[in-house]
Amino acid sequence: MAEEIVVPGYKRWLGSIGDQVGFLVDFFRNLFAGGFEWSEFVRQCYEIGYRSMLLVGITSFIMGVVLILQLRPTMISFGAASMLPKTLSVSFVREIGPVIIGIICAGKIASSIGAELGSMKVTEQLDAMDVSGANPIQYLVVPRILATSIMVPVLSVLGDAIGLFGGFLALNLRDTISFKLYFTKVIASLDFSDFLPALVKTIFFGFAIGFVGCYKGFTSNRGTESVGIAANTAVVTASLWIFVIDAIAVQITSLLFY
Amino acid sequence: MTEQETIKKKQAPKSQKEVVILIRDLKKAFGDKEVLKDISLELDKGENLVVLGRSGSGKSVLIQCIVGLLKPDGGSVKVFGEDVAGMSDKQLKDLRIRIGFLFQSGALYDSMTVRENMEFPLTRVLKLKDQGEIDKRVAAVLESVGLSDAIDKMPSDLSGGMRKRAGLARTLVVDPEIMLYDEPTTGLDPITSREISELIISIQKKNKTSSIIITHDMECARIASDRVLILTDGEFTKEGTFDELLKSKDKNVASYFNII
Ligand SMILES: Nc1ncnc2c1ncn2[C@@H]1O[C@H](COP(=O)(O)OP(=O)(O)OP(=O)(O)O)[C@@H](O)[C@H]1O
Ligand SMILES: [Mg+2]
Repeated sequence: MAEEIVVPGYKRWLGSIGDQVGFLVDFFRNLFAGGFEWSEFVRQCYEIGYRSMLLVGITSFIMGVVLILQLRPTMISFGAASMLPKTLSVSFVREIGPVIIGIICAGKIASSIGAELGSMKVTEQLDAMDVSGANPIQYLVVPRILATSIMVPVLSVLGDAIGLFGGFLALNLRDTISFKLYFTKVIASLDFSDFLPALVKTIFFGFAIGFVGCYKGFTSNRGTESVGIAANTAVVTASLWIFVIDAIAVQITSLLFY
Repeated sequence: MTEQETIKKKQAPKSQKEVVILIRDLKKAFGDKEVLKDISLELDKGENLVVLGRSGSGKSVLIQCIVGLLKPDGGSVKVFGEDVAGMSDKQLKDLRIRIGFLFQSGALYDSMTVRENMEFPLTRVLKLKDQGEIDKRVAAVLESVGLSDAIDKMPSDLSGGMRKRAGLARTLVVDPEIMLYDEPTTGLDPITSREISELIISIQKKNKTSSIIITHDMECARIASDRVLILTDGEFTKEGTFDELLKSKDKNVASYFNII
């Protein structure tokens, strides 16, 4: 619309860090301010969780199948075919499941939050809410970030289960292993220290997805093309955060448990 | 005396009247583009002030400065005697509850039905709990803008004019003391425009609401205005009642009135 003021890149970058911290503070202030929007929270959980289930289910299933098919020849050449369930479960639950599902959720959820709030910004709905004396952070941001922080871990546990089931079916293509034996092996190979850090990690993934989506939507420019930009940068930024959080989580986990 | 000074003199505080909005030397620029240069204005209680100006002259920017959506670069904006720039978040919120702001686009919440749009300020801002009273107020306000039939529609199913009226209803439902209308009749047919202009008058009468009405619609200005200001290049260049300006020989002013 109007001319942009030319600001050096680093200053803009620092400014945006400041804005994000401010947004984060705003979120926590409103989270504990009372007047929690339960119905909006439930609606978001449904939108975010339920509507991503099919996608997460299919991808996890395929990942489970593919991993077994890929691992099998190598494991057999080591004479360790019986270790396949353990290898799959540990790698899936610790790392592959959370990260793949996190990335998928970033693609699906962060973009839709970014686009939705971005278009509310463009059509002055956010301003209208603000000007009416209602609180858009309370009504729009808090329920979304909480919903992603809860639903991404849920989706990730679901994805783990479906992925491991996919692995079971893939194993049965060549060998026969009973469902009971397979899952006994899977459960036996999984430790508290495999499961808990992975779960905690996905809470942070979910938080990052919700936060980035909301922030990009709220700070999008005026003009229709900015809705696309908000959605797009939300996905890229959220995906990046997932890898950063994953790298940090691996360090903390190995310090705590090994 | 130059024309500018005459305008300022006319606007000097009138002690017997209650001033609800007082703007002094307001400046606002985007980048190096000065949109508002030196704006001073006063709005009395119960007055309807029409602001005329060409597209892009900064009319929307002006009223956005009044509610603190935009931060002025200089000058002061006082509403109910309080400086908007110096307000805390809480004070700003309390002020905004008393001001109704009709957006040029209507700005309906498009994930909610018309009914939910109307209920939103009642439940979230006024924190009303009594569903009976909420229903009553929603029905009454929709009736007043002629949208009773559209109560359960989604905004995307409304025509442009209906959206505008729904947006108006949503700001009116909380009975604000000050109304800021950004082009309330633009895009409406002549008959509906007239109804909206008359609605603006009846709101003024009923609640002693003070209003700033931004418009290009001279019919609306004629019906609704107590006083008219003309905004040119970021400054007010003319002031007067509708009839005074209608008789004006000034070319700039006459160009607005020729179109009737
Ligand atoms: N948020 C903003 N950021 C940058 N520039 C802006 C912003 N809002 C308005 N402007 C610029 O300020 C100028 C005045 O805009 P404004 O919307 O106030 O015009 P207007 O008088 O309301 O016009 P119209 O009658 O078309 O609505 C325009 O040049 C516009 O580009
Ligand atoms: Mg405008």
